[in-house]
Amino acid sequence: MDYSQFLAMKQEIALLVVFLLVFLNDTFLPRNAQAAIGKVTALLFGIFTLWGFCPVVIGEGVQTAFEGMYETSPVIVAIKNILNVGVFIVLIQSLKWTAGESQVIRRGEFYELLLVTLFGMYLMISGRHFLVFIIGLESASLPLAAMVAFEKRRYESHEAAAKYILTAVFSSAVLLMGLSFVYGLCGTLYFGKIADVIAAGEVTNMVLLVVSIAFVMSGMGFKLSLVPFHLWTADVYQGAPTSVTSYLSVISKGSAAFAFLVILWQVFGQVYSTAWEWMLYALIILTITVGNLFAIRQKNMKRFLAFSSISQAGYIMLGIIGNNPMGEAALMFYVLVYIFSNLAAFGVIGAIENNCGKVSMDDYNGLYKTNPRLAVTMMLAMFSLAGIPPFAGFFSKFFIFTSAINQGSVAIYVLVLIALINTIISLYYYLLVVKAMFIKDVDDFTVQPFRSACSERVGMWICVAGILGLGLISCFYDTLLNVVGLS
Amino acid sequence: MDITILYYLIPSLIMFCCGVYGFITRRNMIAMLISLELMLNSVDINFVVFNRYLYPENMEGMFFTLFAIAIAAAETALAIAIIINVFREVKNISVSDLSKMKH
Repeated sequence: MDYSQFLAMKQEIALLVVFLLVFLNDTFLPRNAQAAIGKVTALLFGIFTLWGFCPVVIGEGVQTAFEGMYETSPVIVAIKNILNVGVFIVLIQSLKWTAGESQVIRRGEFYELLLVTLFGMYLMISGRHFLVFIIGLESASLPLAAMVAFEKRRYESHEAAAKYILTAVFSSAVLLMGLSFVYGLCGTLYFGKIADVIAAGEVTNMVLLVVSIAFVMSGMGFKLSLVPFHLWTADVYQGAPTSVTSYLSVISKGSAAFAFLVILWQVFGQVYSTAWEWMLYALIILTITVGNLFAIRQKNMKRFLAFSSISQAGYIMLGIIGNNPMGEAALMFYVLVYIFSNLAAFGVIGAIENNCGKVSMDDYNGLYKTNPRLAVTMMLAMFSLAGIPPFAGFFSKFFIFTSAINQGSVAIYVLVLIALINTIISLYYYLLVVKAMFIKDVDDFTVQPFRSACSERVGMWICVAGILGLGLISCFYDTLLNVVGLS
Repeated sequence: MDITILYYLIPSLIMFCCGVYGFITRRNMIAMLISLELMLNSVDINFVVFNRYLYPENMEGMFFTLFAIAIAAAETALAIAIIINVFREVKNISVSDLSKMKH
């Protein structure tokens, strides 16, 4: 066996090293050193994130390992780096929460589980064989259930975890069923070889292939919380601890979107127009519309952001349709912007929840009077999510619509038009939050003036810098486009 | 009598449908977990049978099944742990008692 092929997996191995260091720190060091576990993890992960941008890691061209089961390229490294940035912000934002009294006995486990799920997402993105992909998918979604159940003293946490684990197993069973029929039809589980068999016209039963693609798409739809597979999302997001919710909504969703892109185009790209084009259109229209309409009537901030993230997943799917370098770059840019905007919103929610335990939208009335900085951060996040021009969210939506329109059919124009109308609807409910914070006048403020913890402020500053920087400085998108175009 | 591939595929498909039906209709979380196991096991049968009958030259399906069994075991262990936590909290494992979060 050729052991040098492990060199292609630099990021995975480095992440394992980080995980082992955190694990050893948590297990064997004295109690006072354990107290610093969050900071140690954030520090190690920060170094790891920066290291990911080195030319050594990025490499040149496509590298494979294990007979092509694993693949890495500058694009894949860039995707992983985007996820790393998000995870780093989540780690910083969760420092205050894990230092809390009720989490003290198991705070190390939060970081360990988080790093393991990230490892699974790496495999999901890099896997070019369905076995590797499924192992990655499961190790990305199972530890998340344990993380959702993390707050043992809160009832909601248990309810959310039970709903999450049952739907996650159900969805992976459906996905596996689809895969078993793909295997039966094609006789292989390599992405490339399946595509070859389909291209050669050796698949005898096209109906069965379409059915199995539908199974695979619904399995992935659960992970991405696309409508009509979204029913778990709101409850899980509301019940989970805020740090876990932010992780679920950006990192988990982002990695699943990239994996979905690879599966749809590299495996089933040949049968795009005959098999799954219309399925994807229906999913996108339903996801964006239903997510938006349900978001309007939410009163709980976490539930509100859950529905907003459902509709954002629909926009992310638009980037998958435009199968060109521009589409992929737009997808990456969208996820990056979404990471910053959503984490800024969750940062504010987490800070307020840590301080006084309030998560209802009514508690945000008059927030600008008591905590102006938090209110402005929240406003920037909402503007970016809604897509108001100077901020990053406008450009990410713009690029993703442009890349979809490049496909050029009438159906695409209708689809983008529906998405555009939905952007206007979404503006209404995002501005509801802004209105509550800035315009509503109340006599007794539920949220008293407070100074959030240093770690929370650092996290929010990074997010605000990201929202403004990605919007005002245009080089980031060009860089991504270069990376995608080169390989 | 010849045992063809259909003798395996049809029972496995019936098993999968039973699993889906049970998952949707049952209110007890352990029963839902059993239904999920039915679904996962029918997938395992599918992989092994396709491997044995259609592509006997390589072992891809068999290996996939081995990994799928391990993953299913991990899923069950985690689900049971969470159900025990739920039982401690509400003294019941019916999903109809798990609907306090609405709107």
